Amino acid sequence: MRIINTEAVVPVIRDLAIKACYELDDNVIDAYRKALKKEESPYSRDTLQLLIQNAEYAKKEQIAVCHDTGTAVVMMEIGQEVAWEGKSLIDQINEGIRQGYRDGYLRKSIVRDPLDRVNTNDNTPAVIHTEIVEGDKVHITVMPKGGGSENMGSFTTLVPGEGIEGVKKFVLDSVKYAGGKTCPPIIVGVGVGGTMDYCTFIAKKALLRPIGQRHPKALYAKLEEELIEEINKMGIGTLGMGGTVTALDVHIEYYPCHITALPVAVNLQCHSSRHASAVI
Amino acid sequence: MKEYHLSLPLSKEDVKDLEIGDVLYLTGYLYTSRDAAHKRFEQTLAAGGELPIDFTNQTIFYAGPCPTKPGRTMGSIAPTTSMRMDRYVEMTFKLGITAMIGKGDRSKYVADLCREYGGVYLLSIGGASAIISNQVKACEVVAYEDLGTESVKKLYVENLRVIVGIDTKGNVFQDREIQKYRRI
Repeated sequence: MRIINTEAVVPVIRDLAIKACYELDDNVIDAYRKALKKEESPYSRDTLQLLIQNAEYAKKEQIAVCHDTGTAVVMMEIGQEVAWEGKSLIDQINEGIRQGYRDGYLRKSIVRDPLDRVNTNDNTPAVIHTEIVEGDKVHITVMPKGGGSENMGSFTTLVPGEGIEGVKKFVLDSVKYAGGKTCPPIIVGVGVGGTMDYCTFIAKKALLRPIGQRHPKALYAKLEEELIEEINKMGIGTLGMGGTVTALDVHIEYYPCHITALPVAVNLQCHSSRHASAVI
Repeated sequence: MKEYHLSLPLSKEDVKDLEIGDVLYLTGYLYTSRDAAHKRFEQTLAAGGELPIDFTNQTIFYAGPCPTKPGRTMGSIAPTTSMRMDRYVEMTFKLGITAMIGKGDRSKYVADLCREYGGVYLLSIGGASAIISNQVKACEVVAYEDLGTESVKKLYVENLRVIVGIDTKGNVFQDREIQKYRRI
């Protein structure tokens, strides 16, 4: 058993929130460069170049890459041999977010109640997902998720008979409907299976996989490739200005599900794909 | 791509001959306003009140910036999704605005309103927020400070680069461009 005081997560989460918002991963910037080589539209090419400059400038100046520093999504994989002591873990996670958004001069975008819409002014509470895993480590990811792309996510439950073709159609319809509103080029996170809640969770988790990495199972890897090709034929382009690159990647995750169901969730990620991780 | 350097405010005459896809570099004052401030304008007008700003010939930038870091002029700033403000376009045209700056496609009726009122929708680059912050030279909160990032701010911009998204004839830039690259 490893005992960790919950206080330990505060500075880690603070720093991860700032790093995620200031520094786009090289994997993302490389994907912009690859997109630039394939893009035919002059408007989209200009814009991709601007996005590369923007990412480099934000990192150098240590300022937010995108002004929408998002809902703070915190994913924690907690080793089953970890025992927590101290104050509430949830409160400490939120304290880390509060400090990160304050000290990093990040935008506060959370309202306390969806209907009365009063800003909490510290970007808390975070949306927190915890999973229990083997071991005695805690793996923490902070994923600031912008509103524009999150708002265009979708979910459906197909009937099993609709199969792969049904999944493809739903994903393509979702991306087409989202159009330029999600700040393309996008990453398309797809969850297949599970229950309604778990399906949307794995769709979001799929967005954390590095761009360019295929699903280990051949069936899903092939489906990912087919979807990338189809999406890039839509012509949406960077920021919806028309072009030959609309998706940087498609990542599918699956989970076993009920005999009656074929749940599919699509979680879209804008070009400003931000996340940072650490291990305690 | 035709390029123009224009001074703000823009009159209806200034924008009448602009065409979709034209690249503009804007210099002068404009106002930020997004969901919450637009809603407050609407509520104020419905209650017979007066707005804190005279919008005649003004440009509204749909944006909510990051706080400004010490030593810098402006926090990261870029447009938000315009579609959420579609419901307020007619109200703001009636108040006298000439242009809206945002990102993304809009409802069909926004193009009709641009034609009817002789206004334009301009596209800035969503998420290029660090670079765009350099094109803002001054920022002052002029209304609804309690809304935080969503307050109404008066910005002085210098060579703010935008692309004409909907012109006064109601043409839509994205419709034209996406058509060129659609393969299915």
